[in-house]
Amino acid sequence: MSAVLRAENLVRVLPGEVPVTLVNDVSFAIERGEFICIMGPSGSGKSSLLYLLGLLDVPTSGRVWLDGEETSRYGEDDLASRRLEKLGFVFQFHFLLAEFSVIDNVTLPIRRLGRLDESAARARGLELLDRLGVVDQGAKYPHQLSGGQRQRVAIARALANDPLILLADEPTGNLDSASGGTVRQILHDLAHEMGKTVVAVTHDAAFAAAADRRIGIVDGKIDVDWQAV
Amino acid sequence: MRIQLQVALTHLTGRRRQTLVSLTGVVLGVAFFLAVSSLMRGSEQDFIKRLVDNSPHITISDEVRRPRTQPAERRWASGAVKIRNVKPQTETRGIRGYREKLALIEAIGGLRVAPVLVGSAVLTFAGREEGVTLSGIVPKTMKTVSTIQDKMTEGSLDALDVNPNGIVIGTGLAEKFNLGLGRNLTVVAASGASRAMKVVGLFRTGNASFDETQTFTLLKRAQVMLERPNRVNRLLIQLDDAYAARTVAQRIEDATGDKSVSWVEASEDILSVLVVRNIIMYSVVSAILIVASFGIYNTLSTIVLEKTRDIAILKSMGFHARDIRLIFLFEGVIIGLIGSLFGLALGAGLMHVLSLVQIKPPGVSDKVFLPIWWGAQQFVLATAFAMASCILAAWLPARRAGRVHPVEILRGAA
Repeated sequence: MSAVLRAENLVRVLPGEVPVTLVNDVSFAIERGEFICIMGPSGSGKSSLLYLLGLLDVPTSGRVWLDGEETSRYGEDDLASRRLEKLGFVFQFHFLLAEFSVIDNVTLPIRRLGRLDESAARARGLELLDRLGVVDQGAKYPHQLSGGQRQRVAIARALANDPLILLADEPTGNLDSASGGTVRQILHDLAHEMGKTVVAVTHDAAFAAAADRRIGIVDGKIDVDWQAV
Repeated sequence: MRIQLQVALTHLTGRRRQTLVSLTGVVLGVAFFLAVSSLMRGSEQDFIKRLVDNSPHITISDEVRRPRTQPAERRWASGAVKIRNVKPQTETRGIRGYREKLALIEAIGGLRVAPVLVGSAVLTFAGREEGVTLSGIVPKTMKTVSTIQDKMTEGSLDALDVNPNGIVIGTGLAEKFNLGLGRNLTVVAASGASRAMKVVGLFRTGNASFDETQTFTLLKRAQVMLERPNRVNRLLIQLDDAYAARTVAQRIEDATGDKSVSWVEASEDILSVLVVRNIIMYSVVSAILIVASFGIYNTLSTIVLEKTRDIAILKSMGFHARDIRLIFLFEGVIIGLIGSLFGLALGAGLMHVLSLVQIKPPGVSDKVFLPIWWGAQQFVLATAFAMASCILAAWLPARRAGRVHPVEILRGAA
């Protein structure tokens, strides 16, 4: 198996009068189809690490390889294109666009990529909603859905362009335990049944228990890297 | 529909009231721009039309600007001959060989030319004397180069053909003499020749000095009276395209050597005043649109602030900075387009209302309509200016939106 995502000596320092080191010399590789949890206390830099891995943020030093491509030379637009094609994000808060219907939210990235025409994009969106069990909510607006449903729509949107990697930042953080369980199960199935690579940052021990691999972060450094055998 | 356009529309419909206010600003701006500039351009054209129509487009007079080539120069054409201080002869007044020149000028095409002999004379009637300008004309050709026929209040120019001893005078002069059509008066030319002539026509141009001092008689009669047989000293030219006057005048002067003055040359001072007036007018009406563009700027800035999180999420999804900028530029363009459309309609309505307004300038007896110019140029200009200010107003918020850094926003919002 080849590394789909690889980090090498990643450092991220927030500049300022007193520079803050968010991520401090982190190196590891993620294989295709892995379900990884990044864990750690608040402020340990786990979200910052996720942003770096997801090409949302640029490291102060160090390099990230995505799908064999070294990304440190890339400008903002190139990084955005890689995010569009190869990465999907799920955040703690659903971050759906309030004025767009559920189906429109899901088809946004598909239409931006522009490889499918309008009707094909819609069909793909409905298929994703169906897979996540919220197809009957397609015409509704985000505020009409429950928290769990919204997060499932957000996952559908993250999967819209069939990304290599799904990155999740505390995906169950805002959900009750039942909905959280559903979302956890979905991410688990995505990794194990659909072969997606899932990288999730979480506090949730139950969530982490389902992962193939757990990376503990303390003070911006890898503390433990535990792999299920 | 393009995804950026859809997001733009969603933003605008999401803030309906603010969008409407911005839109109203553009609508009013475009409408006033259109109505006021059409009125100003209309009055300018009205003015130029008067200027152009009341005087010939080109006047050729018997002043020779270029001296004839001297015998020595002709003899040694390739030699180093230079004769200084050669002045054109002026003793034989009048345009030499005017018939040949008439034919030459007519061959240019797209113009009408009339020969005129201008001299001075004194009119006497009932013991009163008035010095006047006596113009000998050929009525048939004069009518094609002058609007004098339209200004006739009584009689006509053609009556001169019927009565070779006829004279056409202005109403101002007629009032001074207190005479009317059909009365006889005595014309004494500068040469001393005198003749009784009958008033066969009265004209009124509205220009007091012209109406009081200008008289017309038959060319043959004037040539006899002024003792200038077979000679004219003016050729008046009217062109199909008045704005070609300058080049045509130059051509004629090159060909004939006689001084040819176009109306453009003769009215340069007035034309430059009109340009200044247009600059003032356009800067004032543009100011309305600039003010309207502040409304757009305000609305779009609010949307950018309000939608920062949406922008961040779109960027995290893989939207480029230029996609985000495009969204806000689209919003400016949409407001601009819709605003221009309604603005043009409202402006056209205003123009229609203005064109119905009658005014009575002081000292003038007849009412006139406001001159409105329905030229497409004004419509295009109003739209172009509105679009430019809308896009400009959208550009700053768009640039700010494009710079939103997703991590900063997502970190704070989580």
